[in-house]
Amino acid sequence: MTTATLPSTPHLTQRQARRLSRVSRLSWFAVAAVAVSLVALLPLGFVVWVGFQTGWDTVVALVFRPRVGELLVNTGLLVLLTVPLCTVLAVALAWLTERSDLPGARTWAWLAAAPLAVPAFVHSYAWISVAPGLQGLFGGVLVSVLAYFPFLYLPIAAALRRLDPGMEDAAASLGESPWGVFRRVVLPQLRLPIWGGALLVGLHLLAEYGLYVMIRFDTFTTAIVDQFQSTYNGVAANMLAGVLVVCCFVLLGLEAGTRGRERYARVGTGSARQPVSARLGRYTALCLVLPATVALLSLGVPLVTLVRWLVAGGAKVWNLPELGAALGQSLMLGLAGALLTTLVAVPMAWLSIRAPGRLQRVLEGSNYLVGSLPGIVVALALVTITVRVALPLYQTVFTVLLAYVLMFLPRAIVNWRAGIAQAPLELEQAARSLGRTPLQSLWQVTLRLAAPSAASGFAMVFLAITNELTATLLLSPNGTQTLATAFWSHTSEIDYAGAAPYALIMVLLSLPLTWLLHLQSKRAAGR
Amino acid sequence: MTSLELRGLRKTYGPAAALVTALDGIDLNVQAGSRTAIVGPSGSGKTSLLRIIAGFEAPDAGTVRLGGQLLADGQAIVPAHERGIGYVPQDGALFPHLSVADNVGFGLPRHTAERAQRDQRISELMDMVSLDQALLQRRPHELSGGQQQRVALARALAQRPRLMLLDEPFSALDTGLRATTRKAVAQLLSTAGITSILVTHDQAEALSFADQVAVMRAGQLVQVGRPQDVYARPVDPVTAHFMGDAVVLPAQLSGGWANCALGQVAAADTQRSGAVQIMLRPEQLQVTQAPVGGLAAAGIGTGVGVSHGVVVDADFCGAGTELTVRLSGGSDGAVLTLHNTGMQAPPVGAEVCISVRGLAHVF
Repeated sequence: MTTATLPSTPHLTQRQARRLSRVSRLSWFAVAAVAVSLVALLPLGFVVWVGFQTGWDTVVALVFRPRVGELLVNTGLLVLLTVPLCTVLAVALAWLTERSDLPGARTWAWLAAAPLAVPAFVHSYAWISVAPGLQGLFGGVLVSVLAYFPFLYLPIAAALRRLDPGMEDAAASLGESPWGVFRRVVLPQLRLPIWGGALLVGLHLLAEYGLYVMIRFDTFTTAIVDQFQSTYNGVAANMLAGVLVVCCFVLLGLEAGTRGRERYARVGTGSARQPVSARLGRYTALCLVLPATVALLSLGVPLVTLVRWLVAGGAKVWNLPELGAALGQSLMLGLAGALLTTLVAVPMAWLSIRAPGRLQRVLEGSNYLVGSLPGIVVALALVTITVRVALPLYQTVFTVLLAYVLMFLPRAIVNWRAGIAQAPLELEQAARSLGRTPLQSLWQVTLRLAAPSAASGFAMVFLAITNELTATLLLSPNGTQTLATAFWSHTSEIDYAGAAPYALIMVLLSLPLTWLLHLQSKRAAGR
Repeated sequence: MTSLELRGLRKTYGPAAALVTALDGIDLNVQAGSRTAIVGPSGSGKTSLLRIIAGFEAPDAGTVRLGGQLLADGQAIVPAHERGIGYVPQDGALFPHLSVADNVGFGLPRHTAERAQRDQRISELMDMVSLDQALLQRRPHELSGGQQQRVALARALAQRPRLMLLDEPFSALDTGLRATTRKAVAQLLSTAGITSILVTHDQAEALSFADQVAVMRAGQLVQVGRPQDVYARPVDPVTAHFMGDAVVLPAQLSGGWANCALGQVAAADTQRSGAVQIMLRPEQLQVTQAPVGGLAAAGIGTGVGVSHGVVVDADFCGAGTELTVRLSGGSDGAVLTLHNTGMQAPPVGAEVCISVRGLAHVF
């Protein structure tokens, strides 16, 4: 109705046209984001649908049986033991490297982040080579702690660097001893990084397959793969997957429910002073034992094992055509998957910064929810869906890439968000006022500023894909051999020497990105 | 009642190759129950001094005594948590994970048996710093900047400190809030009879807060005295400019008169003679517009304490106008910046008379 009156005033038409173009761009993004989120919800929908399909009696019969109870106890104990141990270890290491005068603190800090470069199943491959008797819960907890504690170390160290030392001064002036200051002031402030890191470790524990198969420790994930391989797409595997999803939701709910709503940023506007390092004095030597032992166990053991197998295997394990093919497949899948994920993440990230609202929060939440599901659940869902609905897509590159997108979308979104947030609308408007067209300002300002973050998101997804095992095993076309699956088939045949070159290449590929994460956590602290 | 004594404090930072001297021999006495302001530009070492008094850092050399008790003798120090010295940092440094009540009660005993007593003390402290009890259950980020500072002060007062250290506690506040908070804090501390030290880079804040002002520069205390003395009789031109606007002129001194660009001006020093530098505060100089037709036509000449000039620039700032005046006569066109009331300020180009009130300070 209003438009009918507008043509008489050309000035207004123009303005309205511009407004319309902005609105249409937003709604275009919204449609894309909704579409992506709907696809992302496929695995969840699958779990619910399978539940209905199977019928209540069968569900009860399959879920409430001793085997499930056994797996539940195993998985529960694994999480309950590993997460607290990782937390204590990470807090101790972070304090030593960030807040004490430990000799070589910078090196120890890097060594505490470096175990991330070693895929979890390579950790257990190393340990099983060093201590063939290692197995069961003890082995599972030991290797899990060594493989996953950096997920807690990195955010805790970053938070420790960011803490306002003025608060510790204030507590000391109020009569608290150094230990009291740590317990009453420092530790409570680390709550957010501890909770976030613990959730991440917990989800990894639920999702990991290779690590636990090698040390013969049964978790839900290993049991699901077993079931799948023996009965192929049986109801039993799907039911176990349902229980695993419930476990994930329990973890997510626990974290969300206990994280609290406090704001833990520094209060006030004054400039933060550099923290003073605690003097270790005569305890220095004793304190050096901890980071040294951790580095030895988490890096030394994999390194020594790799070298030992490579020496034992000699030249004949370097089957170059096979290695080259696996590397090529990994790179191809990694690049394609990372590119796709990065592109698909744009609408969601754009909406969450430029047009936040209820729709956006729901969409984003559903993406994160699916991203926290184990690869095995995503893989099972896609197997079932392709077999039942779109058989031509079963075991095609398309399906593998789709699984990667679903699993790693949150990483790309988080990074895009950070990048777009650095390019506020005002900058785009400034470019417009200097004569750039909307498209030019988007390209020359916003994307230019967001590019580094997007690139780091791309790298993270790429790395996750090259080290991904479970979904690749289940979904990839026949004859596909990536570094991870080739490594896996060699170790399954107890050809540990033959597996070593693949492990080495995976570690070497992961190292630069681990270094990047280490730097990022330092930059987050403003240094 | 305890007094603070600092003797020969030295502190350096950094590696031997690039040593930064933060404190270069500090001696200071602070009388029991008094308020001292340490004022200096940023980087002058005033925060280092405060941190050494608080016990967060050890001096390289020198002693700190509070009420006769030795707190630091070189590197050997009593740690901060055993000193009983209150400390209010620049931004309050409230614990963000604790409520206001728990922040204020942080230094109080926590035994459940004394719970009621503790709660009562907390509410007393809230009254003391004029904060509403309703704020007790809030979190620090739900308070305004001024409220946060008051909570930080209440928290420090809770343990009845022997000495209160304030590290630029008002600098994060808005101008208006700043003055009222400062006044309230000064009053509160003197009522409670707590010896206190304020560190600031704002000279007006130092002058209004303290009984004793210590001016710090490059790790040394260049002048210590009553606010009025430090303002009116600064030890050197740099201090003069730091403590407020100042007109510093070369002059020939003899018999208590200084001969300078402003003509003959009465000087505070009647003993010395010869070439010196004198200082006048802008409020000592009165500017009046010359009558129409010029000074000569009106038969006004230069005399004792009166000189002439032409306004070359006028900067209107509301309550006052800042005038830039080029002196005429035998003064080689020296240019002065002077203050005038906002009303009836002479326009640019006007001829003006400048008369001097009071005595010029001689360096």
